[in-house]
Amino acid sequence: MNPPKHESGGDEGSSPYLAHHFESPQQQYDSAKLGMWIFLVTEVLFFGGLFCAYGVYRANHPAVFADGQHFLDTRLGALNTAILIFSSLTMALAVRSAQLDQKLSLTGWLAITLFCGLAFLGVKFVEYHGKWEHQLVPGQARLTYWFGSGPERGTSHQDSITPGKEFRPDEVHIQEKLADAGYPSLGERELAYRVNNIRSFVGIYFMLTGLHALHVIIGIGIIAWLLIRAIRGHIESRNFTPVDLVGLYWHLVDLIWIFLFPLLYLIH
Amino acid sequence: MMESTVQAASENALDDSVSSVAHVVPIRVLYSVFFALMVLTAITVAVSYFDFGVFNLWVALGVASIKTTLVALYFMHLRYDHPFHALIFVIGIAFLGLFLAITMLDTVHYQPEIQRWQEHAR
Repeated sequence: MNPPKHESGGDEGSSPYLAHHFESPQQQYDSAKLGMWIFLVTEVLFFGGLFCAYGVYRANHPAVFADGQHFLDTRLGALNTAILIFSSLTMALAVRSAQLDQKLSLTGWLAITLFCGLAFLGVKFVEYHGKWEHQLVPGQARLTYWFGSGPERGTSHQDSITPGKEFRPDEVHIQEKLADAGYPSLGERELAYRVNNIRSFVGIYFMLTGLHALHVIIGIGIIAWLLIRAIRGHIESRNFTPVDLVGLYWHLVDLIWIFLFPLLYLIH
Repeated sequence: MMESTVQAASENALDDSVSSVAHVVPIRVLYSVFFALMVLTAITVAVSYFDFGVFNLWVALGVASIKTTLVALYFMHLRYDHPFHALIFVIGIAFLGLFLAITMLDTVHYQPEIQRWQEHAR
């Protein structure tokens, strides 16, 4: 049943997927996986820098987070968490299907995973758009200069935007949100202080979720590539390694979101 | 039917057959882990409505760590994998912890000084 072993003990030539510089499919697989895990660790450390910035900010300026939390919708965050966890499950099932040579279910699970990735981005878009509308963007972004004019012209606070000028957060919107949160009327100085807090929070929020969203976009790209290969029938149990490695990447993206969700959306 | 396929696949993994170089995670394990992750997500959200003071952050991080462990062990196969992969991951996390811990120590150390400066600036 098994292909005959080579004299050297390896399986040379027994698999069309075995590169000549590897002893056996096992060694080839282990090497690929080792490399992937090392890459994942660099990703953890890469995100670690931003988590560190978060920690330092939260320790030094708790008010930034106390004020900022009113501007995120926990329901949307929870929805995205559920979407990503579900997509992790379907990715794990895709890996399993690939290992067992179940080509139809492999295609199905990959398609569902891809769809979940897109759904995650869709929800993220809704959230980002809400911030963008009220000029709640990181730092003193001068994007208006590049895009010609600010988004949504005609409302009072945005009339002041001219090319090259910095974004000004929508203070009316901020006042409304803070009133909802139980700060009915704020003096000018108090409001300016809180606007600055919210600006800092939005900066941290966009950097963390933006880098994560970039990873989701890359993930969607490689899952789409896998899906095309799966539809063409290129993936079978003997070369399921790409599915496995993409799966590991996708789970890491999920893991990072598992931390981002409580750290950004669930501050009270 | 499903179970027998799984059995066959795990048996294949034992001999040096070409087709199976890695363990196949039983389907029931995958669904259970997914269920546990969803329950833990619900718990984090529910818990955030109670105020535990300084422990809020630690509760949130604790639940997230449990979720991470589940994902890494089962979805990412670490439980069935070569232990070296788990070692790499754990070392990575340990260095991240070291990085965060030393930075936070430094930050907390300078906090009184910053407060003095802010009071002076007012």
